[in-house]
Amino acid sequence: MLFLEIRKKLTSFELNVQLKAKNEIVILFGPSGSGKTTILNCIAGLATPDSGTITLNNIPLFKSKKECVPIQKRNIGYLFQDYALFPHMTVKKNIYYGAREQEFVHQLVQVLEIGHLMEKYPRQISGGEKQRVALARALATKPQLLLLDEPFSALDQHIRQECQDELLRLHQTWNIPVIMVTHDYQEAQKMADRIYKINKGQVSEEIKSNFSQ
Amino acid sequence: MNYTPLLLSLKIASIATIIVFIVGIFLARIIARNSFPGKNVVESIILLPMVLPPTVVGFGLLYLFGKNGIIGSLLLEWFNFQIVFTWIGAVIASVVVSFPLMYQSASAAFQNFDLNIENAALTMGASKWKVFWTISFPLAFPGLLAGTVLTFARALGEFGATLMIAGYIPNKTETIPLAIYFAVESGNMEAATFWVVIIVLLGFSSIMWLNWWTKRNILRFSEINDKR
Repeated sequence: MLFLEIRKKLTSFELNVQLKAKNEIVILFGPSGSGKTTILNCIAGLATPDSGTITLNNIPLFKSKKECVPIQKRNIGYLFQDYALFPHMTVKKNIYYGAREQEFVHQLVQVLEIGHLMEKYPRQISGGEKQRVALARALATKPQLLLLDEPFSALDQHIRQECQDELLRLHQTWNIPVIMVTHDYQEAQKMADRIYKINKGQVSEEIKSNFSQ
Repeated sequence: MNYTPLLLSLKIASIATIIVFIVGIFLARIIARNSFPGKNVVESIILLPMVLPPTVVGFGLLYLFGKNGIIGSLLLEWFNFQIVFTWIGAVIASVVVSFPLMYQSASAAFQNFDLNIENAALTMGASKWKVFWTISFPLAFPGLLAGTVLTFARALGEFGATLMIAGYIPNKTETIPLAIYFAVESGNMEAATFWVVIIVLLGFSSIMWLNWWTKRNILRFSEINDKR
């Protein structure tokens, strides 16, 4: 369970957000530049809030600028918008970079059907394949929470739907909190157990979709 | 023919390049990734030798390392050691004059790839040291290599600041550029021509090699793309 209540001054507005996530898919929905990615960065430890608290499974990740768990110790999987695969490493080296258990990664590779890509470089694979590789890499560390920053935005419509279905399937297996950023409302409705609407740094409303538990 | 100027030039330029490579990468990395008050001033000071006449750099070095200089007087008092009129002085002159080239290349190289690539490695539990050696350094390598070659070529050709701090002492501080100048001055055009040819060949082959290496590596990547 993730609980977050943070404030952070950005260039043109103040981010002031309170949200929680059980083992469910939570969507942060809102226009570009509304502070969605900054929220993910604060959870991952890549950005520091000005004040507030972030706790994950009752362990405080952030209490103040001085009481802050470093990025490396948070054990949070992060799938970046442009995937951020290591371009000079093969798919195999990308996935095993932070992996903890070989056997677990082996299963992951089979579930995501990327075994045939292992010796290729990121430049040699398609957008949908990159997305699956990046997801495998993020999950290979056995994270307690998964952050997804517009994971399907670079994909064609039909691949996008396949990947969305795959993520829903994966979530049923893994059952960890997933926080996903999107500005596509249909996608939000399809994927979410819970939706937070973010606008200029404020959580303006919380809609529970038909899919909620 | 006495080949001391060639060996001395190679020794001085190589040592200067190693120092500049290590310190340049370290500083570029720290300064590029952090913002702090006075960052602009620090960067301007680092790049200053690039726009100043080498004689001004030499004057500054004499002021610091001369017998009565701030550092020079301490070295003399504590270790009975003098930098002026030694090949070490020539190394210092080469380091200061070529440093901005490495710094600029390294800064650009570290900013040339998506920061999230490093962030991804951090979220996977990698230490900053591991991220540097496995991600940042290999990705910045082409830019760092270009900076290193430019540094070496600049150090090899350093004249003004070297003359001011190391002077012209045959077989001791006589680098190729100094040998050319004093050969011409004494009317020995044959020796001057010889050294001119040598230094042109050295500079030319360094740049040729760098271009070849860069093209070969770009070609390697395009082959990977073509095989899709």
